[in-house]
Amino acid sequence: MNMKKGDWKNLGWGAALLAFAALLPLTGDGYLISLGVSIAMYVVLATSWALFSGPTHYISLATAAFFGVGTYVMGSGIEYISYWALLPIAGLIGGLIAALVGLATLRLSGVYFVIFTLGLAEMTRQAVTWYQNQTGHKGTYVLTDLTDPDIYWQLLVLAGLVFLLGWAIGRSKLGFALRIIGDDEDVARHVGINTALSKVALFVVSGATAAIVGAMIAPRFIYIEPATAFTPMLSFQVVIMALLGGTGRLWGPLVGVIPFTLLWEAISSSFPNQTTLLLGLSFLAIVYLLPGGFVGLYDRLKGRAARRSAMA
Amino acid sequence: MKRRTFFKVTTTLAATLVAGTVFAQDNIVVGAVAPKTGPLAGGAAVTHWPNIALWVEEVNARGGLNVGGEQRLLEVIEYDDQTNPAETIKAVQRLATQDDADIILAPYSTGLNIAAAPIFDRLGFPQITSSAATDQIGELSGQFNDMFFLLGRSSDLAEDAVEVLSDLREAGEIGNRVAMVNVADAFGIELMAVGKPALEEAGFELVYETSYPLGTQDLSPVMKAAKAADPDAFVAWSYPPDTFGLTEQAMIEELDVKAFYTAVATAFPSYGGRFGAAAEGVMGIGGVNTASPEFQDYAARHEAATGSKPDYWASGMMYASLQILEEAIETTGTLDMAEVTQFIKENSFETVMGTIEFDDMNSNTAYWTVGQWQDGEFKGIKETGREGAVEPILKSGWE
Repeated sequence: MNMKKGDWKNLGWGAALLAFAALLPLTGDGYLISLGVSIAMYVVLATSWALFSGPTHYISLATAAFFGVGTYVMGSGIEYISYWALLPIAGLIGGLIAALVGLATLRLSGVYFVIFTLGLAEMTRQAVTWYQNQTGHKGTYVLTDLTDPDIYWQLLVLAGLVFLLGWAIGRSKLGFALRIIGDDEDVARHVGINTALSKVALFVVSGATAAIVGAMIAPRFIYIEPATAFTPMLSFQVVIMALLGGTGRLWGPLVGVIPFTLLWEAISSSFPNQTTLLLGLSFLAIVYLLPGGFVGLYDRLKGRAARRSAMA
Repeated sequence: MKRRTFFKVTTTLAATLVAGTVFAQDNIVVGAVAPKTGPLAGGAAVTHWPNIALWVEEVNARGGLNVGGEQRLLEVIEYDDQTNPAETIKAVQRLATQDDADIILAPYSTGLNIAAAPIFDRLGFPQITSSAATDQIGELSGQFNDMFFLLGRSSDLAEDAVEVLSDLREAGEIGNRVAMVNVADAFGIELMAVGKPALEEAGFELVYETSYPLGTQDLSPVMKAAKAADPDAFVAWSYPPDTFGLTEQAMIEELDVKAFYTAVATAFPSYGGRFGAAAEGVMGIGGVNTASPEFQDYAARHEAATGSKPDYWASGMMYASLQILEEAIETTGTLDMAEVTQFIKENSFETVMGTIEFDDMNSNTAYWTVGQWQDGEFKGIKETGREGAVEPILKSGWE
């Protein structure tokens, strides 16, 4: 891979932003840090989601399934293995499940795939519950001495890795192949692209990432229940945030997550009794006013400016 | 929506946020966070929120809390955590740092309370939980020194239910055959994991055993199979929707057992309200001393203030947690939470549930474990050190 001058500049900017974000816990403000954990978590989830769904246009609602798997890997392993070993294990298991699911379902197109991934979270949850019921399980606890800043920094490192990976994929043959698949899958197949393999590879990346995030968040919840580990809300939130930002660019989900998390916070603190209603209205507003997300808006404004200067 | 209207809405929203909530300076700001939406909203609406409303109304009616000789009114800020632990954590942070709450009340349920424990611990607020049942009390209070437990160990709840059955069998009242079912979800599985070995150890014969997923609508196959096994006793480690569903099916099938036990929500007033005379003799998790004048008085005030009766298990404990906090603040005469917490650890408290004190694991060791519907009330029949337990009666039909 040969690097151009502009690439180094982009990498430098990314590293600087990450380093700046890492300073947040130094403020010592618990409220800001807990907001930071939310934002970092959703940035990782939405960016890795968009790595797969952005170019391929396959809408996956499986985030909660992988997140929950990671949470339970941490919950059931923490008594026996060290926390740090469990993070990659969670990623491996998440990736393995994604590979199996991907091989079986990525032949499905459009709405069939969406519905399958939605069911996957519920299915995984039932499988975990079934296992616990068979073995007479007595509550899952992840008691560690990790604090919010620790979790925040871990998520930032993971975010850095995801951005790096996304950047590398975008410049690779795989990224090129995925863009062609997204435009027209038949054409892709005719020019000799192994479409199934390319799609599965990216699905594995987003599945493994979500599982690692789940494992990192487990010490925050301490008491792990199926209802909170596999909440379907998570899948929808990730999709909405990524779409608000726009999936056309690597930084798209990032600019969706931050305003959305702040909006969510504003609504739940100012209108605790109408949260769900106002969130629904915000979704409508987002879809109606920003069809291409912030990325689309940015491109539109840039296009308009370019046209104006061409006319002058 | 027109674009301009949208902007208007967002500006109003931003303005509300900036303005924040301005309170009179001498009021005590009480922070409360619990589900108003999500799976646990129903339980919180029965057990949690009405007690806060009642307590605040009563304290303010008598002029507020006496803090070091100064009467100060209570001002509540309520947040909905949407039954999501991440939201609970964030809301507690927000209450402490944005709203400058003087007191923060413990959240609702086992999971949400445990998730909030590190934050309460770091902020230094006492967290008197009244709806958390866990077997990890020692580990949790060891790590989070300000966490208190009123509701007791989850194992005791299941073990005592089995003990009630054993006692009935020793007395020759019921036979040896037990049908046992459980809801396949966190607490249901936990109760089953303790209850099943306890039944086997007590020498009961499990003639039927199954589990059903959370949210199962049609429980008639479960009850039909249980009836076909011809049990002497029926035990269900169940949750609110299925506690009602199983009872309904037992009535339809005319399940002929002398002991019938369902777990969570049997102690809800709506259970007695819905099944009326048919509820007579049904046993369940929880219980209170309904004969105690303190509880009767509390129940009457609860109904007058909120329009609904308290439940016969955690409601009283929730109110007791508020009484403990109130007494600790008024006696120490301060809102310094470290001092208040120390006072709670070292003293015993007279509450609507009787005298409460905490052991060296911050745990209340005297609590109700099994209750039974008798004469339209859910009376405690088994406890770990409470007074006023009544003798269990046999279930005789569903009329």
